[in-house]
Amino acid sequence: MRTLPILTALLLSGCALAGCAQDERAAEHKPAATPTLTVWADDDRAAPLTRIAARFEQDRGVKVKIVQKAMGNLRDDFVSQAPSGQGPDVIVGPHDWLGKLVQNGVVSPLDLSAKASLFSKVALDGMTYQGQTYGLPYAVESVAVLRNNTLVPVAPRTFDELVAKGEALVAAGRAVHPVGLPVDPKAGSPFHLYALQTSFGSRVFGEGGDLEIDNAGGLRFAAYLRKLAQRKAVSTSLTGDIATSAFLKGETPFLVTGPWDAPAVVKAGVPFSVDALPPAGDEPARPFVGVQGFYISAKSANPILANDLLLNYLATPEAQKALHAAGGRPPAMTSVRDELAGDLVMTGFAKAAAEGVPTPNVPQMDAVWADWGLSQLAIIAGEGDPAELTRKAGDKIRAKIGYS
Amino acid sequence: MKRALRLLPLAVADALALYGLVALGSQRSWWMFAGLLAGTAAINRIYLSRRAVPAKYLAPGVVLLLVYQVYVVLYTGYAAFTNYGDGHNGSKADAVAAILAGSEVKVAGAVPYPIRVMERDGRLGLLVQGRPAAGWRPLTYGEIVARQAEITALREPADGGTLKTADGMTATLYRATLTYDAATGSITDGTTVYRDTGRGAFTAADGRALSPGWKVFVGHENFTRVLTDSGIRGPFLEVLAWTFVFAILSVALSFGLGLALALLLDGHRIYRSLLIFPYAFPAFMAALLWQGLLNTDHGFVNDVLLGGARVPWLSDPWLAKLSVLLVNVWIAFPYMFLICTGALQAIPPTLSEAAQMDGAGPWRVLRTIKLPLLLASTAPVLVATFAFNFNNFNVIYMLTGGGPRDANAPVDVGSTDLLISLVYKLAFGGASRNYGLACAVSIVIFMVIAAVSLAGFRRARRLEAA
Repeated sequence: MRTLPILTALLLSGCALAGCAQDERAAEHKPAATPTLTVWADDDRAAPLTRIAARFEQDRGVKVKIVQKAMGNLRDDFVSQAPSGQGPDVIVGPHDWLGKLVQNGVVSPLDLSAKASLFSKVALDGMTYQGQTYGLPYAVESVAVLRNNTLVPVAPRTFDELVAKGEALVAAGRAVHPVGLPVDPKAGSPFHLYALQTSFGSRVFGEGGDLEIDNAGGLRFAAYLRKLAQRKAVSTSLTGDIATSAFLKGETPFLVTGPWDAPAVVKAGVPFSVDALPPAGDEPARPFVGVQGFYISAKSANPILANDLLLNYLATPEAQKALHAAGGRPPAMTSVRDELAGDLVMTGFAKAAAEGVPTPNVPQMDAVWADWGLSQLAIIAGEGDPAELTRKAGDKIRAKIGYS
Repeated sequence: MKRALRLLPLAVADALALYGLVALGSQRSWWMFAGLLAGTAAINRIYLSRRAVPAKYLAPGVVLLLVYQVYVVLYTGYAAFTNYGDGHNGSKADAVAAILAGSEVKVAGAVPYPIRVMERDGRLGLLVQGRPAAGWRPLTYGEIVARQAEITALREPADGGTLKTADGMTATLYRATLTYDAATGSITDGTTVYRDTGRGAFTAADGRALSPGWKVFVGHENFTRVLTDSGIRGPFLEVLAWTFVFAILSVALSFGLGLALALLLDGHRIYRSLLIFPYAFPAFMAALLWQGLLNTDHGFVNDVLLGGARVPWLSDPWLAKLSVLLVNVWIAFPYMFLICTGALQAIPPTLSEAAQMDGAGPWRVLRTIKLPLLLASTAPVLVATFAFNFNNFNVIYMLTGGGPRDANAPVDVGSTDLLISLVYKLAFGGASRNYGLACAVSIVIFMVIAAVSLAGFRRARRLEAA
C-alpha cells in the first residue's frame, strides 16, 4: 500500500516530463540538430532582427532566439551573466560600452576586414578598442540642430548667429526660448554641448589619453557657456522634454538633439531642417558620435554561427536598411546611406555625424560624465568662476581616474 | 481519487526537479545537483509520510525563505569578501582567454585562406591546401556547428604566426603579442612578465596590470577599506550621520504630525478620509511628482505658490535635505495618523474620565494618560518605521537621486544619499561598479539596523511591561 503513492508520483512525473525529456534526448544524441543562438536587443531592434533571423534560421537550420531587454539594463546584465556561460551569444548596443565589456572580458574580437570597406570610417573607429575590432556597426548618430523652417528659413553659420536669430524671435514675441538646448538638471549637458566645446579646441581626451576638458580651449568654452546662460540661451531647467515640446509647439526655433527625437517632430508636422551644429569658436564643431552595433560574447557556445550571422546576414544592405527603417538612425553602411539620400532628415543627421568623433569608449569615460556635467550646471547657474569650476572638475576627474 | 489529486502538485514538483537534475547533471554542476536531490528527497519524505504534519505546513515557506532570503544573504556575505566588480568579473581561465584573444593581431597584409576543418580520432585540425595526411577527414557543416567553440579555439602554427578561423571556412594569419605560461601561471609579452600576484590580476613588477582580471577572495579588505580609505571614509561617515538624522526625523515628524491630527480631527470624518490620500498613492509616484513640483524654474511650488521665486529646493545641499524630509513626512504621516487614531480609540475612555474627575485638564490627561498608553502600543511600529526609513531608497532615488552631488568626494555621493542609495551607487552607478565593496557596506547597514532595532524592541517591551 505504501508503494502505490510513490509509483503514482513517478508515473505522473514521467508524463509531465515527456515534453522536456524529448528535447534533452535530441540534444544528447544529435547535438547539431538545433543549436540555438540567443540575441539580446531592445524593443526598437527586436522586430527587424526577428525578420533577419528568420532567414538565417532557414538557411542554416538553426534556431535564433531574440530576447527583448530594456536598453538601460542590457549592458550590465550581459556583463554579469556572460561569465556563467548563461548569457546571450550576441548583443546590440552603442560603441561606448566597449571599454567596459573588454575590461570585464566578456566580448570577443571580430575580424571585420572582409566587410570593412562597406562602412564609414567613424563607424569603424567606434568599434575599435585598443587596436582591436570588436563589433559590427549598423548605425551612427550624433546631435544636430533641428531648425523650424518657418521661423528661420536659412541655416546660421555660427552658433552666435544662431543665438542672435533666436533672441530676435523672442524679442519679436514669436518664440519663448531662443534655443532649445536640453540640460539635465542633475547631470548637465556634456553630450549636447560637446560640439561647441570642440570648436574652442578642447576635447575630452587628447592624443596621449590625457584629459583635456580644462585646457586653454576648455576655459574659453566655459566663459562662453556662462555668456550663453546670461543671454538665456541655455538654462538648467530647460530639460530635454521641455525643450522638445517647446520645439513641437513652435515656441523655440532651434532644438539641439539626435535622430531619436526626429520621428516625433515629423509626426507633429513642424516644418524643419536638420543642420550640423555650427561652431562657436574658431575650430570646426565636432559632436560626439554614437555607433550602434552588434557584439559577440566571449563565452558564446556558438562562435561560428554568431560570426556567420553578423558578417553574412547583418552586414548586408538589406539588413542595414531594415534596421534603419525601424530606428531612424543613419546607417553605418555607406552604400545604404547613399541610397537613402532622398531622406533629408536622415541625411542631415548623417552629415552631422560625419563631422563628429566617436564618444570615447574607454572605461575611464564613466568617471568623466558626472563631474563634467556638474561643472557645466554650476557655470550655467552662475555659481562661481567658470574657469575655476572647469579646472576643479578636471582635477576631480583625474583623481577619480587615478583612484579606481 | 482525492489522494491522487493531493499528490498532483507533488508530482509536478518532482517532474520539475527531475528536469532540473538532468539539466544540472549535463552541465556537471554536482554541488547544485546534490543540493536539489537532497531537497527533493526531503520534500517527498515530508509529503508522503503520514506524520510530520507541521512540516507539511512549513515546507513551502521554508523553501521560499531559502531561495529568496537565505541564498541572497549568504551570497552577499560571500561577495563582500571578494573583489567582484568591474574588471574582476569572471574566473581566471576566462581572464586568460580574454587577454590572449585581445592580444592577437592580424599579421600585416594577411588575407583569409580558404580552409577545411579536419578531424582524426576526435582531434581537430585546419587544412589549408593540398591533400590531407592519412586518417584525416573533413567535417561536414553540421559537425562544424556541433564543435564550433573547439574550432574557433584552434591555433595552427604557420609561417610568421598562427592560423585561426572564425567561420570554419577561412583562416587568417595572426600573431599573438602575449603568451600564457601555464607552468608559472604568468603572461609575458617577451620583455615584461605579468604574474598572478594573488590579487586577481596579472601584474608586472612595475605595477601595471593586464585587463581583465578575475574574481578572488580579498579577506576583510572591503570592510577595512570603508573605514580606512580616506576617499570613502569621509563620505561614508557623513552619509551614516545623515541616514540617522533622516530616519529619526522622518519617524518623529510623521508620528508627531499623525498624532496631532488624530487628536485634533477626532470625529471629523471628511477631513480624516481626505488625509488618507497620500497613503493611497504609491510612494515612488509621489516622490516623482514632488520632483516636478519642486523644479526650480518650472515647478508649481516656486512658480505659483511662491509667486515666481527661484528657490533651489532640490539643488542646494541643505534645502535638498529639507525637501526629502518634508516629502517623506508627507508620504508617511497618514500611516501614523491611522495608527494613532486606532490606538487612541483603543484607550478606554473611562481612564480619561476618571482623570477628569480628579481635576486633570485636557493637556494633563494627554500627557500622563493617553501618551504613555499610546507609546506602549505604537513603539514596535515606530521601531519598524525607523528601520524602513533607514533604508528608504525609493524617496531618495526618485526625488533627488542622492544629489546634489558632493563635489569634493572621489566617489559618487550626494548630500541626500542614504547608506542604501550609496550602496546602490557603489554597486551599479557611478564610474566603476564594485559589488564586493557594496556588499560589505550592506552588511554594515544590516548590523546597524539590527543593533538599533534590538535596542528599540527591548525598550518597547519595557514600556509595555511598565
